[in-house]
Amino acid sequence: MTALLEARGVVRRFGGVVALDGLDLVVQPNEIVGLIGPNGSGKTTFFNIVTGIYGANAGSITFDRADITNAPSRAVYRAGITRTFQRSRLSLPLSIFDNIMIGNHTRLDQGLWFNLMRRDAFRKQFEDSYTAARALIDVFEPELSDRMFEPVANLPMIDRRRIEICRALISEPKLLLLDEPSAGMTHDETAELMDDIMLVRERNKNLTIIIVEHEMGVIERITDRCIVLNFGRKIAEGPYRTVAADPQVQEAYLGTA
Amino acid sequence: MAGKAKKARAGLWWAIIALAVVTVYLIALLSAEKQPVVMSLIALGIVSALAAGWFGVLQNVARDFSEHEDRTGLFAIVAALMIAAWFHEDHFVLLLIITVLLTTVATLGLNIQFGYAGVLNFAGASFFGIGAYTSAVLNTTAMPHLLVLLLGGLLAATIGSVLLLPVLRTRGHYAALITIAFALLFKTFLEVNDVLGGPQGMQVKGMNLFGWSFNDNIEIGGITLSFYMSYYVLSLALLIAAFVLVRRLERSWIGLNLDALRLDEIAAGCFGLDITRWKITAFLIGNFLIGLAGALFGMVGGFVAPNNYTFADSLILVSILLLGGIGNPWGLIVATLIVVVVPEKLQTIQEYRFLLYALMVIGVLLFRPEGLLPRPVRRYFPGWRP
Repeated sequence: MTALLEARGVVRRFGGVVALDGLDLVVQPNEIVGLIGPNGSGKTTFFNIVTGIYGANAGSITFDRADITNAPSRAVYRAGITRTFQRSRLSLPLSIFDNIMIGNHTRLDQGLWFNLMRRDAFRKQFEDSYTAARALIDVFEPELSDRMFEPVANLPMIDRRRIEICRALISEPKLLLLDEPSAGMTHDETAELMDDIMLVRERNKNLTIIIVEHEMGVIERITDRCIVLNFGRKIAEGPYRTVAADPQVQEAYLGTA
Repeated sequence: MAGKAKKARAGLWWAIIALAVVTVYLIALLSAEKQPVVMSLIALGIVSALAAGWFGVLQNVARDFSEHEDRTGLFAIVAALMIAAWFHEDHFVLLLIITVLLTTVATLGLNIQFGYAGVLNFAGASFFGIGAYTSAVLNTTAMPHLLVLLLGGLLAATIGSVLLLPVLRTRGHYAALITIAFALLFKTFLEVNDVLGGPQGMQVKGMNLFGWSFNDNIEIGGITLSFYMSYYVLSLALLIAAFVLVRRLERSWIGLNLDALRLDEIAAGCFGLDITRWKITAFLIGNFLIGLAGALFGMVGGFVAPNNYTFADSLILVSILLLGGIGNPWGLIVATLIVVVVPEKLQTIQEYRFLLYALMVIGVLLFRPEGLLPRPVRRYFPGWRP
C-alpha cells in the first residue's frame, strides 16, 4: 500500500531552536493518526510545514505520490489537505455560511464574468452550496443550520470549532489535520465534537485524519495509531496503549525520576 | 403568505418615507442661503438623525434598504432626479450634487480596495487626477468622449499597477506609506511637467456626445435647463453602474474571497485562495472606478491643476470611507453628502473644513467605529430565504 502522506527527514529551525529535527513520518490512507508529544515538540510546526505556512529547511514531504515540499498553501489545499487551527482562525464578522464557503474555494466558480454578470448561474451555485453547507452543519449542530447568515462573532467557542471543522470538511479533503480540537472546550463538548467528526467519516470512508491533541482520552478513543514527538524527533510509534507504556514516552512527558 | 407579503410592503414604507424626508431636507438645505437658516437646518438634521437612531427608526429603514434593495434603489434614483428637477436652472447646486455623485463613485472604488481587500490607498485623489488629466489631453483630439472616460479609468488602473509590486510585498501601514509616496510624487510630477500645463494646469474641453455639446444650456418648451443637467444625468448613470458593480462584487464569491484575505491571509491561503490575484483584482477595479469618476469630473469642471489632486484630497476620500461605514455603499453616499455639501453651504467653516473632517473622523472612530451606517452581514440575494 502506498502511503498517503510521507515525511522524510524534515528539519525546521527558528533561529537557534530546532523545532523539527529530521522527522520521518508515514500515514496510510484511511488511518486516524494521533500526533502527540509535550509542548514545543514540533506538532503544530509539522502541520504548518505540511500546509505551506512555513518552509522546511531540509527534508521532503510527499502527499498522494506528489511532492509537496515547500508548496504554497493553496497548492496543498488543492492537493486535498485541509486543516483546523489551534487558535480558531475563523473570519469573525462573516456569517456561518461565508466561513464554510471559504473552505469550498475550488468548487466555486471564481471567474469575474461568472460572478458579476451571470447572476442566474451564480444563484444556482449559491443555492447548491447552501444545501451542501446546511447538510454538513446539520451533522454537528442542527440548531446552527437555521442561523447560517448570522456572524460567527456571536457564537460560543464550541460552535466556532464546529464551523471551523465544517470549513475544513466541505471540500471533502483526502487528509484532515486537526490541531488541538479540544482547546478551550470542556470534556463533554470535546467528546461530542469527536463523535460528530466520526459520523462524517462514516459517510466518507476515504478521509484520513491526523490529530494533534493533549486530551489523551480522545487520542485513545479515536486513533488507530499514535506518533510521539519530542524535541522535533519521533520517539515512539504504535497503538496508543503501546506508546503510553513506552518508558521513553513517559520520560518525555514526566521527566526522569 | 398574505401576512408575509403585507409585512414586506409595510416594510418598504419606512424606506419610502425616509427617502422622501431626506429629499425634502436636501432641497431645503441646498436652497438655503442665509447662514442662520443653514446652521439651523444642519442642527435639525443632526438632531433628527440622532433621534431616528435612538427610536430605532434607522434600523427599520436600514432593514428595508437591504431586503428590497432593487426597489429602494429605484426610489433613490427618482429622488435624485427630483432634486435635479427642482434645481434645473441652478448651476451652482447642480455642480455641487455632481461633485457628490462623482466623489461617491471614487469612494466606491476605494471601498473595493480598502473595505473589501484591505489595501489602504492614500492616493485616491491622484488616481482621480489621472482620469481628469486624461480628459484634458484627449478631449483636444477627435476621440469620442465616452471612450475618453473609459481610457481615464483604464489609465488610472494601468498607472496604479506600478504600485502593485511594492503594495503586494508589504502589509498594513507600509503598503499605505507607499501610496502616500505615490500621491506626493504624482503632484510634483504634474507641477514640473510643462506638457501637462505645469502648476497652472490645463483647460478641459466639455463633453460632446454624438454632436450634442454638454456645455450648452438646454431649452425644452420654454424651460431652460442648466447645461450641468446633462452632466448630472451622466454622473448619476455612472454612480448607478458603479453601485451595481460594487454590490454584485460584494455579493459574489469574489466578495467573499476579498473579505477572507483581508481578515486572515494565512487561513485564506490554506483554503486555496490566490491572495495575489485577488489583491490585484481589487486594486485595479478600484483605481479604474476612481479614474473613471475623475475623467468625467475633469470635463464637468473644465479645468485641471495639480492643486486639485493633493494628498489632502486623498485624505478626504479616505475620511468619507471611514465616516460612511466601510463596506456599505449606502453609507458612502450619505457620508459624501455630508463631507461635500456641509462645508460648501456653511460658509463660516470653509476655512476650517479640514478641522471639521478631522473632528468627524475622530468622533466616528471613538463612538461608532464601524461608521454611520455599518456594513451588514453579506446576503448574496437580498430577501432570499432558503
